Amino acid sequence: MSDVKLYQIGTFAAGNRLMDPSLGTEQSSAARTNAITSGHRACRGCGEALGARVVLDAAMRASEGRMVTVNATGCLEVFSTPYPESSWQVPWLHSLFGNAAAVASGVAAALEAQGRDDVRVVAQAGDGGTVDIGLGCVSGMFERNDDVLFVCYDNQGYMNTGVQRSAATPPAASTANTRAVGTRTGNAFGTGKSLPVIAMAHEIPYVATATVADLHDLERKVTRAMSLHGARYLHVLVPCPLGWGTESADTVRVARMAAESGMFAVFEAEYGDVTAVSRIRRQVPVADYLRTQARFRHLFGDPGHPEVVERLQRQGDRTIARYDLLGTGER
Amino acid sequence: MEGSRAVAEAVAMCRPGVIAAYPISPQTHIVEALSDLVSLGRVGTCRYLMVESEFAAMSACIGASAAGARAYTATASQGLLFMSEALPNASGLRLPIVMTVANRALGAPINIWNDHSDAMSQRDAGWLQLFAASNQDAVDLHVQAFALAEELSVPVMVCMDGFVLTHAVEEVDLPSQEQVDAFLPPFAPAQVLDPDDPITIGAMVGPEAFTEVKFLEAHRQLQALDAVQESADRYLHVVGRDTGGLTTSYRLDDADVAVVALGSVLGAAADVVDDLRAAGVPVGTLGVTCFRPWPLDEIREALSGVSRVIVLNRAFSVGSGSILGADVRLSLAAEQTRVYDVVLGLGGRPVTRAVLRRLLDDVLDGQVSDRALSFPDLDVDLVVRELDREGTDRPQAVTRGELGADEWGKAWT
Ligand SMILES: Cc1ncc(C[n+]2csc(CCOP(=O)(O)OP(=O)(O)O)c2C)c(N)n1
Ligand code: SF4
Repeated sequence: MSDVKLYQIGTFAAGNRLMDPSLGTEQSSAARTNAITSGHRACRGCGEALGARVVLDAAMRASEGRMVTVNATGCLEVFSTPYPESSWQVPWLHSLFGNAAAVASGVAAALEAQGRDDVRVVAQAGDGGTVDIGLGCVSGMFERNDDVLFVCYDNQGYMNTGVQRSAATPPAASTANTRAVGTRTGNAFGTGKSLPVIAMAHEIPYVATATVADLHDLERKVTRAMSLHGARYLHVLVPCPLGWGTESADTVRVARMAAESGMFAVFEAEYGDVTAVSRIRRQVPVADYLRTQARFRHLFGDPGHPEVVERLQRQGDRTIARYDLLGTGER
Repeated sequence: MEGSRAVAEAVAMCRPGVIAAYPISPQTHIVEALSDLVSLGRVGTCRYLMVESEFAAMSACIGASAAGARAYTATASQGLLFMSEALPNASGLRLPIVMTVANRALGAPINIWNDHSDAMSQRDAGWLQLFAASNQDAVDLHVQAFALAEELSVPVMVCMDGFVLTHAVEEVDLPSQEQVDAFLPPFAPAQVLDPDDPITIGAMVGPEAFTEVKFLEAHRQLQALDAVQESADRYLHVVGRDTGGLTTSYRLDDADVAVVALGSVLGAAADVVDDLRAAGVPVGTLGVTCFRPWPLDEIREALSGVSRVIVLNRAFSVGSGSILGADVRLSLAAEQTRVYDVVLGLGGRPVTRAVLRRLLDDVLDGQVSDRALSFPDLDVDLVVRELDREGTDRPQAVTRGELGADEWGKAWT
């Protein structure tokens, strides 16, 4: 049995006993809806399963149970609905890989046409279904300001099809189609595709990023998003033990390190302007973050690729500066 | 009234809850008119979504229909292909969406004019496909399409020839709103996304049940054959116009030769029938209104008395053969009937009375093969010139010397 820790560990971990009960997470509440129940087929330690549960339970609370969900093809869809079972305790519709945003727009339009203004719409997709194949529909939904909360669970790759790269895969990551073989050092360095930034460029009412390391923050952002109308976008970093090569027990730790190394910026924006950032409380070197994951293993060891690690560190530093994640005021 | 406008008026009277559309010729006038009608408050509480692609249009219809709204879109050609991933999805999910397809050729080469290659490319998508022979037909079929879709929980495509019908200005008798309301009950979805009764729609199904799901889909499609016929009967009763049902025939009863076709070409074909009848030749036409599901028995029965059938294909399967003709042959598998499979009117080439008259004369004269696809309106010189330039062998029919170059178009083996 592991030690019981009663002291503050520096996070807002669910169920922390020193916190005011009213500040407890929805996950710590006995009355939580369990919108996605246990028994699904996700891998142990799946960040996407954790993220989806937290997001949906918070959205259920915020909407008082009056919501419907739309899901893109991907791990979440596959592991939650193996015939003839379903994990979903909410009305749930899966259509295709690239159309979740447009399907959700249609649902929202139908509800409006029927005068059912009490029912909210939440769309969910992986990073592939959002930043790659689904981008057109996502952008259209944003541009029309349709009344949909679109949630992207970013596990930085096409996990359902066996861990290939997406446009959200970080440089240097080894995936099934960017293996570190020959002279290749994993996924190429590109300009990247930041959907939160693209979403902000649409000047929609609300854009936020979060990780499964800070469930309080994630729930708060879902609640905030659900309090608004129009197009809203939530981008949640969800480590994938299978695709990243991390320990199942490390999902939350790895997600936290992504944020604290500057490899993933946690912030909120309204109508195109950043309104808040989550400060890094204890910066960790990018290398420490990379070392937690087998997908970056080729960068270390003998001879390794220190120049690539340095380049990634510079990328982290740039992100830190851009969002002033250390709170130094220097941008 | 322009055909597009008439269809828009008919759709508006069916009171869709959500219209999602994207422009493409020759469909645009329909959705432009609907956008006005929605703004004018003529379509109740309808929401009109101006989406960013046809894929999004069909996807939005999927979401809208699953959320309990009557959903409508219209497209053509490349637009239909752009939504093709979502088409079997809509039918597989049993969502009663209605879509107009203003039939247009598929590129390349890009061509905005009429033929049936767009609709034919989606004939296996699990949608009902109804073909209008006139704008009056188009109006009446749209009203019936919503009722059929909702009765069967199957999406329905109403096909009307691009430009030839969509842009033709002619007299159309619109049903009254009261008649439409009497014919089309309010939408009562078979399944709906509802927080009070949460259901999962679109779950993953593996080998353990996929065949059964597909079998049931096919079974329901075949049931639709009865429903289409009943719908026409009820429409006649409620609105007072006979739309025929699965097929329409013209002077077919005592005919020995039948022309089988889809869509607006049936008008010109009927004129030619009159001409030939006046000359004592027993011909008639059989129009196929319901192309999917294929009315196998009804077609066989309708053609039971004829010895020769000429099938007018406005699209074909490159590398294989005809599409409509193949289905007609399926119906006639046990018969001795000779089937002349003809491809014509591609990419907007007009199928005039004169073209049809020449074709029929040639068939009657034994000039056309019943064992190969014929291309009666082919510019043989142009094709031969191109083949020679490429240094490619000419098709056998020419090089074997069985047919002169000018006749080759009639029987390209
Ligand atoms: C049109 C289409 N192309 C490809 C696929 C195959 N496919 C299914 S899920 C998937 C990847 C999903 O990746 P992502 O959206 O990141 O979700 P994840 O599985 O990682 O959660 C792919 C490529 C598909 N279903 N449809
Ligand atoms: S592959 Fe990754 S995202 Fe998919 S279920 Fe496993 S851990 Fe979750």
